[in-house]
Amino acid sequence: MTLAHLISFLSQLTQTLLVVLIAPLMLGWVAQCRAWLQNRSGPGLLQPYRVLFKLLHKDALLAHNASPLFRSAPYIQFGCMVLAASVVPIIETNLLFAPAADVIALVGVFALARVFSSLAAMDVGTAFGSLGARREMLVASLSEPALLMVLFTPLLIVQSSSLNTIVDTLAHREFQLHPSLAFAAVAFVMVLLAENARIPIDNPSTHLELTMIHEAMILEYSGRHLALIEWAHAIKFTTYCAIGIALFVPWGIAQAGVWQVLPGAVFALLVKLGVAGAGLALLESVCAKLRIFRAPEFMGMAFMLAALGMLTRLLLGA
Amino acid sequence: MSTSAQLINLMASLMLLIAFAMLAQRRIKSLIYLFAWQGLVLAANSLIVGWYTGHHELYLSAFFTLLLKVMALPLVLHYLIRRLDIQWDVETLINIPATLLAGIVLVVFAFNLALPISQLAGTITRGTLGIAIAVVLLAFLMMITRRKAVPQVIGFLAMENGLFFAATSATYGMPMVVELGILLDVIVGVLILGIFFFQVREAFDSLDLKHMEKLKESDP
Repeated sequence: MTLAHLISFLSQLTQTLLVVLIAPLMLGWVAQCRAWLQNRSGPGLLQPYRVLFKLLHKDALLAHNASPLFRSAPYIQFGCMVLAASVVPIIETNLLFAPAADVIALVGVFALARVFSSLAAMDVGTAFGSLGARREMLVASLSEPALLMVLFTPLLIVQSSSLNTIVDTLAHREFQLHPSLAFAAVAFVMVLLAENARIPIDNPSTHLELTMIHEAMILEYSGRHLALIEWAHAIKFTTYCAIGIALFVPWGIAQAGVWQVLPGAVFALLVKLGVAGAGLALLESVCAKLRIFRAPEFMGMAFMLAALGMLTRLLLGA
Repeated sequence: MSTSAQLINLMASLMLLIAFAMLAQRRIKSLIYLFAWQGLVLAANSLIVGWYTGHHELYLSAFFTLLLKVMALPLVLHYLIRRLDIQWDVETLINIPATLLAGIVLVVFAFNLALPISQLAGTITRGTLGIAIAVVLLAFLMMITRRKAVPQVIGFLAMENGLFFAATSATYGMPMVVELGILLDVIVGVLILGIFFFQVREAFDSLDLKHMEKLKESDP
């Protein structure tokens, strides 16, 4: 193995581990910002780590009729999310895993994780599990086309579907105003909220049976399985934020092999993630949760905005 | 692309975005705010085009737009809905996603319509003609889907905004006389419609225009 291979392997490993390890912190930061906005003191930034630690040390209980699918689903979800996290460039662009999945395959990876979590939720046969799975599929069937539409706009601008190339092109060339990207960015935020079970669509902090989607699916899990699912959820959220940063505010991500800008890139990433978390917390504080029947309208808006972005790109060239 | 062209494209996209927002907006009060924002974008666009092309009469047009469509007309409309006591009215719109999808189809149609024209034109604003036509059509769609009187009037005013935008992007604005004439027409139109609202409500106890259909003479 040559030195270049070793370096790119190390860089890939560092970036993936960074996302996996700071993901719970990101959720803690959003919860903390929400607490501040509601004049509460909040559970502290490290609370998600404490929860994961507690869950990892508990016994996992399984229902009598749980199939191997039920037991393997948390690992599949966690694996999918780690894979997704490792193809999104966050500090530098030349990732070893990048050829493994372009943005469209990335959507497929998320879909794979979702299919398994829904199947596992229906596996034990409780009412809540199937209810949550059906709702999840309803939301997903609407948010996935919107997400693909969002991704098409940067794809058209850069003429490539690899995230590496997109970031390289958008970040390191003459600054241009792209109104189409602004449309796509707004739509992306809406999709992000829906896909990560955040407030206008789902409330992550409730166990109220009528409103929950994501929580209803994981009611049957406990111990290390639940820890893995929660962790995968955190990684998914952070990865979505990283995709948003890579597509819409890529400035600061280092080009491959330019070592002297790496500290700046790490700093820029942390600042951007911090701002994104605070912004999402603000958004969640000013929005009310929508009725489930209003979710199609919300996702329809996201799809429309994304389609508009693509149209402006195609026809205005902007 | 030059900075001005980018700015003009940005303004055009904002116009389109606001047109869609109006299509989806249920509250009358927010609709008026959106209309004021559209006027502001229109004025900014006139300023940028005027500054870039050296057509200084566009400054005057931007000034009138600012005065009339950002300040005067929204104030009149706010006054009207306060007097009619419908500030917090929420219109029951059927199927907003379907309307928005129809809007997207309209945008594609408008872009295709404008394509041959803009290929012939040599103006810096040639790309935005399609958006201008789309804004006109979207305002038209809004007038069709609304049943209450005030949103219909706002749709009419938004359509006029779209026409204004089309004139700016196709030929760097209309002659001053025509422009002033249209502005005057719009003022008078809104005033007359304002009086109409009161008459309609007195006659039917509501501003819902479906009552107007009953004006037909009944069969003997």
